Amino acid sequence: MTAYEPVIGLEVHAQMRSRTKLFCGCPTDYGAPPNEQTCPVCLALPGALPVPNRAAIELAVQAGLALECEIASYSVFARKNYFYPDLPKGYQISQFELPLNVKGHLDIEVDGETKRIGITRIHVEEDAAKNIHGVGDTAVTVVDFNRGGTPLIEIVSEPDLRSADEAEAYLRKLRDILMFIGVNDGNLEEGSFRCDANVSIRPVGQAELGTRTELKNINSFRFVKKAIEHEIARQEGVVQSGGTIVQETRTWSEAQGKTISMRGKEEAHDYRYFPDPDLPPVVIDDTRIEALRAAMPELPAAKRARWQRELGLTEYDAGVLSSHPKVAAYFEEAARSFAERCTKSGAEAGKKVGNFVQAEVLRHVTTDGLEALFPVAATAIAELLAAVEDGTINGKIAKTVFATMVETGRAPQAIIEEQGLAQVTDTSAIEEAVRRVIESNPSQVAQYKAGKASLIGYFVGQVMKVTQGAANPKVVNETLRRLLDES
Amino acid sequence: MADARISLEQVLHVAKLARLTLSEQEAREMQEQLDAILRYMEGLDTLDVSEVPPTFHSIPMLAPLRPDVPARCSDRSEILAQAPDSQWGGFAVPLVLEVE
Repeated sequence: MTAYEPVIGLEVHAQMRSRTKLFCGCPTDYGAPPNEQTCPVCLALPGALPVPNRAAIELAVQAGLALECEIASYSVFARKNYFYPDLPKGYQISQFELPLNVKGHLDIEVDGETKRIGITRIHVEEDAAKNIHGVGDTAVTVVDFNRGGTPLIEIVSEPDLRSADEAEAYLRKLRDILMFIGVNDGNLEEGSFRCDANVSIRPVGQAELGTRTELKNINSFRFVKKAIEHEIARQEGVVQSGGTIVQETRTWSEAQGKTISMRGKEEAHDYRYFPDPDLPPVVIDDTRIEALRAAMPELPAAKRARWQRELGLTEYDAGVLSSHPKVAAYFEEAARSFAERCTKSGAEAGKKVGNFVQAEVLRHVTTDGLEALFPVAATAIAELLAAVEDGTINGKIAKTVFATMVETGRAPQAIIEEQGLAQVTDTSAIEEAVRRVIESNPSQVAQYKAGKASLIGYFVGQVMKVTQGAANPKVVNETLRRLLDES
Repeated sequence: MADARISLEQVLHVAKLARLTLSEQEAREMQEQLDAILRYMEGLDTLDVSEVPPTFHSIPMLAPLRPDVPARCSDRSEILAQAPDSQWGGFAVPLVLEVE
């Protein structure tokens, strides 16, 4: 039986986070009542003229820079002509012959291997309006133009991907980068990051590409993976049973667990692109491009590498702590603040703060797009861990204090004082407790003296019990050894 | 039109893409006019344009860019009043069938 190799290329549409639309001053806020964010330009009323939004163009340049593209100093908007109710002009303003960014790449890691995926182009275009079915009469579609005209970048990859896993890795990494540089909020559910996949198969070793199908409208990474896996299997089935692949648009049906043909969208893709006479070419000079490069936030991969180098984190920890731009910023602020309070090196601070944030804080964090809600301020975490560092409390008590901080929003020092949680470092109080433990456990003491050194752990546990966990473990240990030897 | 620069089929195809219904008479008229335009453009073939950059815009100017500052939007009831039908705050159009 012939072995087949899948060939996958991805097209991602990402909404850019400018305040206003691409060609008019209407706001881009999500969730406004239908058609409250429209004007003659985005409704295509006669005579209205588009004016490009500087912020949108510059965000697109930054996306190009982050993906190692060549930035075109001269780019042109073009009309893509087709009729659909979500497109009031009868064309979409996009870019065709001269896009803003070309020839970039993205390195992905799959199964421990790094692979470079080519990016053909990143062009700027306006989003379409939203068609709503099932409200009002059943015989109508209701069109909401709030989204119409929102700036998008379309990121087109080379057909370099060879599996659903690679496709998923590419999408996750791409979203990560766009979120960290603040170009896109990464929200698949709200449709601000959308993916189409071109999938074909060919016999292994054949250079020529097979006929492809386009998978559209898939709104989660999990579904993208499932849809591609299914589509590869479907195409192999068709070819092996002697059939041929038809070039068509398909979508993923989660209910049916398979890709299905989207009949009705098969109309010839004859868009008759031509330069938009309403829009002169856009020119960005090198000085401006360099200024945009300099203003760009640190990319996630660079951040992780730096954390491993300077903050003593493992690759895994760095990955977890940079799962969201706000989480990364939170961790960095907490680590910096802790290092200042305790005059610790970056590596010492990074490791301690990183562990605590991962183990305790992250499960209380909720994210929504680029926003994140934290249970307590980053500096409060630094203050809490500083109290552990200077011996005021131990690690176990720190968790109790943290729980109270989350509950009450109060500062760690106040909680420690109020609840009397400061650990007992007072040697005489600890000595007292140790004597009591030794007196009440004569048989264990005998065994210890007979050479069963591991019993020290048992004694420490007993002392901690007597002191209700508030004793400094180091002092307890020393005192125990001394008094056991004396007894 | 034997040696027409554009076939009748092409004219009908373009008409279909533009959602125009042309009678055969109208299609032939269009073919003649488009043919004349294409023949006129052939005048360029007599010139050496290999050193001339493609023209993307008729006026040598660059796009002025707009600051990203929200402007006032239109009044919804006013714009919807201009549409043949509106429902639920949106423009109501004949049902667009989508698979699923």
